Amino acid sequence: MSLLRYGYVSGPVIGAIWLFVLATTISVTMSFATGDAFRPALVSSLVLGALAGWIAVTPQNKTTKIAMISALVFATSLTGFGPTVMQSTATSQGFVAILLALVMGWSIVSIMAAVPFGSLSRHEMEEAWIRFLTGFGYIFFTAIVLIPFYVMVMTSLKSQSDLLQNPLDFSLDFDKGAALFRSYYELFRDFNFGTYMWTSFYVSVLTVLITLAFSIPGAYAVARLNFRGQKAFSRSILLIYMVPMIVLALPIYIAFSVTGLRNTVIGIILIYPVTTIPVALYMLQGYFRGLPPEVEEAGLMDGLNRLQVIWKITLPLALPALASVSLYVFMIAWNEFLLAFMLLDDPSKFTLTRGVAMLNSSEIPREHLMAGAVIATVPVMVLFLGLEKFMTKGLTAGSVKG
Amino acid sequence: MNIATPPKGRGPLAKREARLAWSLLLPTITMVSLVVILPLLAIFWISFKPIGLADLRPPAPVLRESLRGSGDDLRIEYRLRNSSRDTEITDVTIRDTWPESLIVVGDLPAGCHLDGTVFACDLGALEPGFNERLRVPVMLADGADKDAAEDAAEGSRPHVRGNAESILTNFEFTFDNFVKVFDGDEFWSVMWVTIFYTVFGTVGALLLGLFAALLLNKSFRGQGILRGLYLFPYVAPVIAVAFTWVNLFDPFSGSANALLLQMGVTSEAINFFGQRPLALIMVTVFEIWRYFPLSFLFILARLQSIDTDMYEAADMDGASPFQKFWYLSLPMLLGILSVLFLLRFIWTFNKFDDIFLLTGGNAGTRTLTVNVYEQAFAVSNIGAGAAVAVIIFGCLLVFSVFFFKFISREEGL
Repeated sequence: MSLLRYGYVSGPVIGAIWLFVLATTISVTMSFATGDAFRPALVSSLVLGALAGWIAVTPQNKTTKIAMISALVFATSLTGFGPTVMQSTATSQGFVAILLALVMGWSIVSIMAAVPFGSLSRHEMEEAWIRFLTGFGYIFFTAIVLIPFYVMVMTSLKSQSDLLQNPLDFSLDFDKGAALFRSYYELFRDFNFGTYMWTSFYVSVLTVLITLAFSIPGAYAVARLNFRGQKAFSRSILLIYMVPMIVLALPIYIAFSVTGLRNTVIGIILIYPVTTIPVALYMLQGYFRGLPPEVEEAGLMDGLNRLQVIWKITLPLALPALASVSLYVFMIAWNEFLLAFMLLDDPSKFTLTRGVAMLNSSEIPREHLMAGAVIATVPVMVLFLGLEKFMTKGLTAGSVKG
Repeated sequence: MNIATPPKGRGPLAKREARLAWSLLLPTITMVSLVVILPLLAIFWISFKPIGLADLRPPAPVLRESLRGSGDDLRIEYRLRNSSRDTEITDVTIRDTWPESLIVVGDLPAGCHLDGTVFACDLGALEPGFNERLRVPVMLADGADKDAAEDAAEGSRPHVRGNAESILTNFEFTFDNFVKVFDGDEFWSVMWVTIFYTVFGTVGALLLGLFAALLLNKSFRGQGILRGLYLFPYVAPVIAVAFTWVNLFDPFSGSANALLLQMGVTSEAINFFGQRPLALIMVTVFEIWRYFPLSFLFILARLQSIDTDMYEAADMDGASPFQKFWYLSLPMLLGILSVLFLLRFIWTFNKFDDIFLLTGGNAGTRTLTVNVYEQAFAVSNIGAGAAVAVIIFGCLLVFSVFFFKFISREEGL
């Protein structure tokens, strides 16, 4: 470790790993984008990277260093000894060479900014490593999140036989025009996905409404009113939150079979709120506790009774929390799969997730399944991205106080 | 310490408040106990019963009525059957209304009598597998049409009643389910898979979440977008992302395999979700991938609420970045980390749909929760499924004791 306290050691080590990371990233990106063969070359990445890292810590001005490193990476890439091995068109090979050269030159010099050639102070060394880890982190997280969603969307637009030939070729044939969206069109036309969406939508909205109707009074009572068993109660809410759904699903299945509620949307609407009420109660009571009690007491002094206080003072104040709880509950209901899967058999009553599960069969082409997945995902994503602030605030502020 | 003691007893105001509180809570309590407590009790009950999926319907007498023959041979026939092959049905009675156009000519079967148009029988017990016909010879009244009489006779549905012991409600108990569940190596392999999945899934998601939170704990342009992006795996429906993963890692047409082949990492396609140790690892990785955003969100919120003064003071004292993380941030995060650990531990332990969708519990990925489903629906042994559920619930109680010890310290609940 103490060796790393020298610029001429830390620089090449970081440079070697960093160039390999970059080469891998670019290879993966280009493979997914073009379907051609790109792969990182381990040995030359490490060697070139070490060289680049060494240049980056030499005492020269910044632009010279970037130029030298870029030239080095670019020249080796063109001659075939570069950090990536490519079998593709000349344009994309040239593009990769230039991109890799520029990105490597700029990034390694930034990572090694203010790192001297000789011995390093602890700050200088740690900061260089942190900059490296930060860069790596951004690439890593963005890749693991984006790749599955990219594959999901692209698979839905391509035919299965095309993908079997080259699973990496996600390039789209734009000449097809609207026919690109054939699998979506067929889902709505032949598989009733319009109905499923509508069922999912109203089931989710009703779940939100019922959940709020039950959990607002409950949360208020737990947060504000004194009664014997208050603590035990707020604990048991959490305990219920922890009971696994599969344990409950078994007796619920039996009970619904006996009472004829199985295979009905009413049954689903009855059961969904129960899974969300504990969560909503817990989130809301956390928020209610954070509201200043003085305002409510002032209301009480002015002659309102408790229910009026809740209606006229607490609820308006808690509006942001209500919004985020509603969003969260909506998301849970929309995404719910297990109960819908166990309780619904009749295709005319499916929710969207149950409908997607139905598509998972060997007779139905893969692009339909993925198109179904996209249809199920897009509404929550849009809702979530639009109201992301509410969501994150509500989730964190309400449930576990930080 | 000298603490002022509050007045003893409860005043009318306090009582009124408590009454209000309970009435506000009543709807929730009713609903939750109906759908949570009752099923839990049912699970305990069923776990001690020798019951399969087919036993859900109690044995019942089945009756069909028809008017047969013609002229002198005209008769009403009842075909009576015991639906069960191994349970006796007692106190079987039949009640039916006959049309006036039919007149009884012969003897009524034993135990039956006719009162006006009402035909009633008291047949006593039906042995298991009972399947016989009761015949009542009749003739048509003057001027009555046979088809009309037939329609009228068969149109009025006969009522049949009988008492049978349903296996669900009788008092026959057995430990067979538990014996079966604990028996053999299977249980311990399921247990081991569950522990592996839970521990690594939890720790992995926490570490990844911590890493992501540290990355985004500074303001720069695009921070909001990245934060939204990193929450995607958690927000998307499980069914969509699970199928995407199955697709992505498919041994024949999966992009991941193609990528690995191309990079020369492997020489032949890997069956990620179908090989024994690998499938479990993949399922755990999926769990980490799907739930790191949750820990990320909570840890980030905590990080952002730490006072910056502390870091400024540390800067003045010359602390290095790692020292600041180790000696300042981490102790501040310890509370939220332990709460998250316990919560995630319990939820991962309870997780069912992820594994069910990815592998269906095959290739050595059967956890306790998947085992409930397997036993109850795949093997059709509801009793054994319930027994596994009881075991899960027992584990859960143990965890929650730990949980409340921690959370009460953290939250003052």
